[in-house]
Amino acid sequence: MQTLSFRSRGNLSDRTYAGALAAFGLFIPVLFAFILVRVGAAAWPAVRHFGGGFVTSTDWDPVNGHFGALPFIFGTLASSLLALAIAVPLAVGLAIFLTELAPRWLAAPIGFGTELLAAIPSVVYGLWGIFVLVPWLRDHVQQPLADGVGTRIGLFSGPAYGVSIMAGGVILAIMIVPFISAVSREVLAAVPVAQREAALALGATRWEMTWQVVLPYALPGIIGATILGLGRALGETMAITMVIGNRPDIPTSLFAPGYTMASVLANEFSEASADLHLAALMEIGLLLFGITILVNSFARFLVWRVARRAGR
Amino acid sequence: MSAPTLQPAGGPGMDAVRSAAPALGWRDRRRRTTSFVMLALTGVAAVLTVIPLLLILFHLLRAGLSSISANFFTHVPVPVGEAGGGIGNSLLGTVMLVVLAGTMGLPIAIGAGMYLAEAQGSRVANTVRFVTDVMNGIPSIVIGIFVWAWVVVTMGHFSAFAGGVALAIMLIPMVTRTTEEMVRLVPRELKEGGLALGFTRWRTALGIVLPAARSGILTGVLIALARIAGETAPLLFTAFGNPFWEWRLGQPVDALPVRIFYYAISPYEEWHRLAWAGSLLLIALVLAVSLAARFLIRSPYRGR
Repeated sequence: MQTLSFRSRGNLSDRTYAGALAAFGLFIPVLFAFILVRVGAAAWPAVRHFGGGFVTSTDWDPVNGHFGALPFIFGTLASSLLALAIAVPLAVGLAIFLTELAPRWLAAPIGFGTELLAAIPSVVYGLWGIFVLVPWLRDHVQQPLADGVGTRIGLFSGPAYGVSIMAGGVILAIMIVPFISAVSREVLAAVPVAQREAALALGATRWEMTWQVVLPYALPGIIGATILGLGRALGETMAITMVIGNRPDIPTSLFAPGYTMASVLANEFSEASADLHLAALMEIGLLLFGITILVNSFARFLVWRVARRAGR
Repeated sequence: MSAPTLQPAGGPGMDAVRSAAPALGWRDRRRRTTSFVMLALTGVAAVLTVIPLLLILFHLLRAGLSSISANFFTHVPVPVGEAGGGIGNSLLGTVMLVVLAGTMGLPIAIGAGMYLAEAQGSRVANTVRFVTDVMNGIPSIVIGIFVWAWVVVTMGHFSAFAGGVALAIMLIPMVTRTTEEMVRLVPRELKEGGLALGFTRWRTALGIVLPAARSGILTGVLIALARIAGETAPLLFTAFGNPFWEWRLGQPVDALPVRIFYYAISPYEEWHRLAWAGSLLLIALVLAVSLAARFLIRSPYRGR
């Protein structure tokens, strides 16, 4: 029901009220456009100066005026994709456990725990990452792997620094699991009970019901949840800056340090004095902004489509 | 079934059905085993996701608890090499920033949320809702550089005000969406009752609908405030940080998460200790708000 009419007559106070509400509502898209324009304008000198070479060059040397963003783009994508590879099975498993299996007394505290994980500030993850996760990964995962399979598989080779693409991926995975599982849970819960009952009535086991009926039905929504998680991971700043090592290279091993787009902004922005350096950083911000807009729009679209099909 | 574990529910008829069912073959046994193993694995996934939470809480308590004292809350940071020192100024800064952001952001967010709930179904409202969701996903660091380019460059220096603007921009999409959801949960009979009594539409909205949704909106606001209180990235180039007490809105101020960040990446043991203690404080705040939101304040219309 629409209590408010935004076009018809009504008395003056109602029209004023409707106008004020609409102004508040429209403020958001206007602000959004303003952010885009403002960051775009600040990045413009770099866009004009470097052209397409900005995203293909690997040379980042502010002192000598070389600005190539590829190492950051690579680091952002590599750490985020690694995070997804770890987080998606865990998050979907968790969501299935909570919707299909767990009794209420168990589902409630686990659900609350994951909500809490989502609420922990990024900088706290970073602190824990530096002093607990990174040393542990170095001594108990990277070193043994590098000594073992690392001699044959390049991805696991090289000196175990601790701070690395791998550490970044792991911390991001811990951070995005709650988001992916929360959305997945909603999507799974939206699968009609009749579908489940039909599968069970045909003699399916519980897993067959989940795997062959519930998951395919919910799949677009789970993909949406995954992409939503990807959006989070791409833009995450503090935690990953503290554990990825911040070296503008394109590493070939998961154990080597890298650098992300968000991290280079956090580290260099306040120290950038040359105009071109500042503009280059702004362009990295603009690229990051653009990527997250695309990723988030796509994810919202998918989740929305599933919700609509479920008739909610 | 060869060995029924359940007692038949329905007398002799059911017994006949049961004995007529074929015994389980190896294929069926394999299907059951698969089902059991895979479902057990989802339980393992659940355990694995909760472990980091427990580990983080454990390490925060172990490394942070001993450093929390009266001085910790009332003193400013001391130079390297000196013992003691606290994060009093950072706490003050965080409070200032959150209050600023709330003052600027909440009226807009609640208004926009009311708009989305009232204009349901209109194409403009759908667009606004979509943009709000997308805005919720803007990386916080991008908001930081935007506010730097807009407010800091215009003013000529870092300030608490700029930090407040950055946090307000993070706050708006979050609170807008929860306000919308909470207002939509209010039963339409309440709304219709108001209109039937001859209230104007705006009095119905502000006098009946909004108060009915109040506790839900308050919950959303609390959670959003707790979240922005923990933000670091948007403050790095706006509020900037400041090792001294600072009350003026036009000057750079410290914030607890920013202080934790600088201490965590410093090489000094003493500062690491303070970073742990600061993080423990931040988590305690988040935990308190989450618990309050969960148990104390509940929308009466939730779950209808």
